[in-house]
Amino acid sequence: MKLDPSVYHDLLLSLLPELVLTGWALVLLLFVAWRHQTVRDLRIAGWLTLAALLSTAVATWWLWWNRAGVEGLAGMVAADDFRWVADWVFLGAAALTVLISFAYLEREQLLAPEYYVLLVFGTLGMLVMAAGADLMVIFLGLELMSVAVYVLAGFDRRRARSAEAALKYFLLGAFASGFLLYGIALLYGATGTTNISLLGAQVAFMGQPSVMLLVGLALLIVGFAFKVAAVPFHMWAPDVYDGAPTPVTAFMATGVKAAAFAALFRVLVAGFAGVAAWHDMLWWLAAITMIGGNLFALGQRSLKRMLAYSSVAHAGYLLVAVTAGGSSGTSAFIVYVIAYTLMSLGAFAVLTAKGRAGESDVLIDDLAGLAARRPWLAFALAICMLSLLGFPGTAGFIGKWYILIAATSAGQNTLAAILVLTSVVSAGYYLPVIMAMYMKPEPDEAAHVDVRLDRWGRAAVLAVVAGLLLFGVWPNRLFDLARSAGQSVQPAATATTTGQ
Amino acid sequence: MYAPWVLTALLVWPLVAAAVVLLLPGRLAKYVALATSLVEFALSVPLWWTFVPAGGMQFMVDRTWIAAWGIHYTVGVDGISLFLVLLTTFLMPLSILGSWSYITRREGGFYALLLVLTTGMIGVFIALDLFLFYVMWEVMLIPMYFIIGVWGGDNRLYAAIKFFIYTFFGSLLMLVAIIVLYLHAAAVTGVYSFSYAHLLAQAPLLGSTAWWLFGAFFLAFAIKVPLFPLHTWLPDAHVEAPTAGSVILAGILLKMGTYGFLRFALPLFPAVALNQTVQLVIVALSLIGIIYGGLVAMVQPDFKKLIAYSSVAHLGFVMLGIWALTLQSVQGALLVMINHGISTGALFFLAGMIYERRHSRLIEAYGGIARVVPLFAAILTIVSLSSIALPGTNGFVGEFLVLVGSFRTYPIATGLATTGVIVAAAYLLTALQRVIYNPLTDHENEKLTDLTARELLVLVPLLVCILWVGIYPRPFLRRMEPSARQLIEQVRPGATQGQPAAGGQP
Repeated sequence: MKLDPSVYHDLLLSLLPELVLTGWALVLLLFVAWRHQTVRDLRIAGWLTLAALLSTAVATWWLWWNRAGVEGLAGMVAADDFRWVADWVFLGAAALTVLISFAYLEREQLLAPEYYVLLVFGTLGMLVMAAGADLMVIFLGLELMSVAVYVLAGFDRRRARSAEAALKYFLLGAFASGFLLYGIALLYGATGTTNISLLGAQVAFMGQPSVMLLVGLALLIVGFAFKVAAVPFHMWAPDVYDGAPTPVTAFMATGVKAAAFAALFRVLVAGFAGVAAWHDMLWWLAAITMIGGNLFALGQRSLKRMLAYSSVAHAGYLLVAVTAGGSSGTSAFIVYVIAYTLMSLGAFAVLTAKGRAGESDVLIDDLAGLAARRPWLAFALAICMLSLLGFPGTAGFIGKWYILIAATSAGQNTLAAILVLTSVVSAGYYLPVIMAMYMKPEPDEAAHVDVRLDRWGRAAVLAVVAGLLLFGVWPNRLFDLARSAGQSVQPAATATTTGQ
Repeated sequence: MYAPWVLTALLVWPLVAAAVVLLLPGRLAKYVALATSLVEFALSVPLWWTFVPAGGMQFMVDRTWIAAWGIHYTVGVDGISLFLVLLTTFLMPLSILGSWSYITRREGGFYALLLVLTTGMIGVFIALDLFLFYVMWEVMLIPMYFIIGVWGGDNRLYAAIKFFIYTFFGSLLMLVAIIVLYLHAAAVTGVYSFSYAHLLAQAPLLGSTAWWLFGAFFLAFAIKVPLFPLHTWLPDAHVEAPTAGSVILAGILLKMGTYGFLRFALPLFPAVALNQTVQLVIVALSLIGIIYGGLVAMVQPDFKKLIAYSSVAHLGFVMLGIWALTLQSVQGALLVMINHGISTGALFFLAGMIYERRHSRLIEAYGGIARVVPLFAAILTIVSLSSIALPGTNGFVGEFLVLVGSFRTYPIATGLATTGVIVAAAYLLTALQRVIYNPLTDHENEKLTDLTARELLVLVPLLVCILWVGIYPRPFLRRMEPSARQLIEQVRPGATQGQPAAGGQP
């Protein structure tokens, strides 16, 4: 199915998932305006959200099934496999977040159905980011997503730490948006366009990139680096992840990060494949993010903070995929981001079962003896930890292996070596979790009495573990998807020559 | 020829049984596990007769696994891996029987992990696809980590994490090396495949990259062997692990390192392996291992630690034999690998049995117990003598072959290594004397009970093997000779011309 963005009907069709989700968001908004803040209404809002996410996924699937693609001159939105797969990741992350939110919101007395509205708007922003074939569209999506998540971070407004997290996230996020916007402005100044494929064509035509272009590109990368929490732009992440309600943290660590990476990929691979400078910049960014994230995580005793730093480290691994670039780097990114979303969400989901009042005070040692009391929960967390560590048999290993292949085939052997060495370091903070659960005695009999997930939380964890093990042993279907998604993001120069 | 499915069955069967063990109530676990491992052993035994010594890789199965990367499920055995597979299936039922009364809590988990470990170990020895090999290499890490960490001694957490991180560090670098090798072969031939045969054919074209790759493989295997100075995880892990853990660790896990050298590091990078400096360094390290391991064993107050350091020394012999690259020395090294599994396995069993009675691993806690527990004393003596390499026992045949074979290549090093045999006699005989002879001073030792029927059931098969290999090693040597020859020819073409083979022609 070829879509011509200059035709009104085709443009709407290519935006079908976004339109569906917007429609649902408005329905939800109306719903919460007329309803009271009760447990029952909260549940209904949650179910409506799940329906919204599901129908959006179906719309995306329909476009993918009909092989929707953009025809003719470069438009504002892309329609390719990369976008569909990225959309599924965002929608999946949001759906799992909803599942673990049900019990959490009730337990923490956060009886405000607006939570789900914000979640839907945040997801909508991600969809727009993945769809954007123009820097302005990406920026619009980014802001839509960010504003929703700023509010979500401070959703537990009675707790000071949550409010602090929101304020911190907002200030630094706004700052990062400023960088991004300034970068876009400079790029526009250098090339006269904000469209990614036209930018790519311009860059290829210009040959030697101008200083203005390079500065613009650098600012753009800095803006994205803030959003994905790459070292040294990660300072906000631990505090914000720590302070926000845990389901929101899970959503931020997976969906928000994936969206920022998806947009970064499209910009760099499709737009700036011809500029060598960003490779060096990302090389360093990836290296220090891996080293920094893993070393900082090593010193953490709180489980939530450890997971926050671990998500910084994983941003480093994903940056290796970006640095490798090309279609294999993009495929590696897709596989890894799916694995990462699953394992990270799973870990946070188990954390919601253990913790109370924001979970920031759950130490790793507090899990001692969990395996004897709650064997299945401990097993699930152990699988997530092993997957985060990149252990064979889990999706995390397959993802890491893919990134290593992409990096070595791009000639980045040093980066590959740093990746595996920092993975060894990460054993120093993932294993103590397993060690506490299985090898230490529980402090007292009542220690884990109230550790419990409701049935939806259990469903989410079950889905995560099944996915991790399935993709770890039989990743063939995932690879097919990742491969076609990777090939759909092409450098602009070749795209225009084939188009003519 | 025995059906090719048997290797896959050996791989899958313990895994299925592990799931069953987990679901059953804990008190049934050991019975199911024992039955499983006996079936596994029975399945593997026909390999011994149906294996054709000159037939190269046998019982091969090749199926596509992950098509996108050219990853196959390829398994097979030759004269090198056959014995290690059999050693694994042989030691598993004994280990389970040996844990019968030692493991008292969370039995289901323990026996399930032992079975998963079996899958991992057999997988390492039969994998002929480097991806599969790597997966198996890592997979067996987790069960061992839990076995040490959950059922181990007082200092188990430290030992478990040290064991894990050491091994994990080495293997991850090997992972990068495997990928580089894979991409190199793909660049040369255009075929993306992790198949061992495919990579082996392209490896000689590597050039200077081979040095880095060899380094990565070397590190992974040297940590596992363990080669001095990377051995420090071993005493901790051995001492803290429960009996079955120590037996498997010494009997099989250490052999993965030497097997890795034989199967991968040497044939894949012959140019580096034949380099004078590399050989000198490795032979020197093996030699240090032999002598240093022996000397340190001499001063250990802890019986298990003594056995652990004796392992370092024995594995030094294996490394010397491998790197001397003569037919006799490689055959000898293979035989020492088997012997070490049997003798050191038996020593750890005996240490575990006396520990169960007295709850002390210290040598000085005993003394003069030969009168109280004559059967135990007799068996400990025989096993110690075999570990010292007394003629007539298995230890002698292996170490003698290594020394004779290595003398052709490294006369001085071999001469020094011979002192290792003397040192072994010094530490084991002293310990033996202090444990079972000497006057009986501690009255608690008077109440010790002798070996039970179950314990004899564990030890007798090992004693039979000690004498069988010691007196009539020909069936073993005959089966490994063609594979050893092929391996040496792969590394150094023409080297085995006119060399005598141990055990005669197949």
